[in-house]
Amino acid sequence: MSPREVVSAAMRKGMDLIGVCDHNSAENVLAVKKAGERNGLMVLGGMEIASSEEAHILAFFDDDDDLLAFQEYVYEHLVGRNDEHAFGLQVIADDEDGVTGFCDRLLIAATTLPAEAIVSRVRAARGESLVIAAHVDRESFSIIGQLGFIPPSLALDAVEVSARMSANEVRERFPDCKKFPVITGSDAHGPEDIGKRFTCFTIADGTAAEIKKALAGRDGRKAEC
Amino acid sequence: MTLNDLVKEFGLEVKAGAGLLDREVAGGYVSDLLSDVLAHAEDGVLWVTLHIHQNIVGVASHKGLAGIVLVQGRVPEKDTVAKAEEEGIPIMVTDLSAFEFVGRLYKAGIRGA
Repeated sequence: MSPREVVSAAMRKGMDLIGVCDHNSAENVLAVKKAGERNGLMVLGGMEIASSEEAHILAFFDDDDDLLAFQEYVYEHLVGRNDEHAFGLQVIADDEDGVTGFCDRLLIAATTLPAEAIVSRVRAARGESLVIAAHVDRESFSIIGQLGFIPPSLALDAVEVSARMSANEVRERFPDCKKFPVITGSDAHGPEDIGKRFTCFTIADGTAAEIKKALAGRDGRKAEC
Repeated sequence: MTLNDLVKEFGLEVKAGAGLLDREVAGGYVSDLLSDVLAHAEDGVLWVTLHIHQNIVGVASHKGLAGIVLVQGRVPEKDTVAKAEEEGIPIMVTDLSAFEFVGRLYKAGIRGA
């Protein structure tokens, strides 16, 4: 998926705001943000980090410097080089879909960072941030699938449910999810999946700060799914 | 010992790579963490796991594993089978638990690296 493809698919589906998270990397986020800005699509920049337990965690930052500093932290805890034959090319693109480079880190691998460490590091960002357990309805790579339940000490802002299950089904099957705000997302890995699932936010702008308010139901902000 | 010998001996159900069962099995590895397999599994070994996500195929291909056995009658995801056919990674299924299956492999002469 290239930056322009992501933006045009999202706009075709009528999205106002998208969150962009590559696995263990944020190399393409700024390009998608720029392409989105040009077309009037709000883009929240983040990463999907694989914890040492192989649970996927989404982190979003309002400040690009926080995101890039966080990416450095993740890279410091990620071992190995990509094998293009087995895992594919890891293209870095600009906002016009021009190829500017290739990431040769083994992005498919898990980091050596436990989930707790990832959450605390995201929370320590200078600007506003969001930390969300990804696709908790999935058996593989979800915090519940990997750890059996959500550790009570894990300070998540929300749990995300993918297109595979409804929010209510998830609350019923995984009672732990009742302790957190639930959002639904597409977990899109290709343009055809973008917008398959979404959350309707009542917010003033597309920032982590506003979404945080919506998740908490503060100041008239809302999150509905 | 080849994959074919193991398929016959243990009645494994072949889900992908049926034409590649003449591969020699150099040893065995059992793990349900992909990162652990990436770090520690050796070339030519048979990987025993309950993981059914398509990433197991990428990992097996990268590490040059002989094949994958899914335990407890686990059904691989559709994408997993398609990718395994494409990458030439045999996927087989046993109804046994990992403990039971690995015990039998060991008895049949397969060793850890």
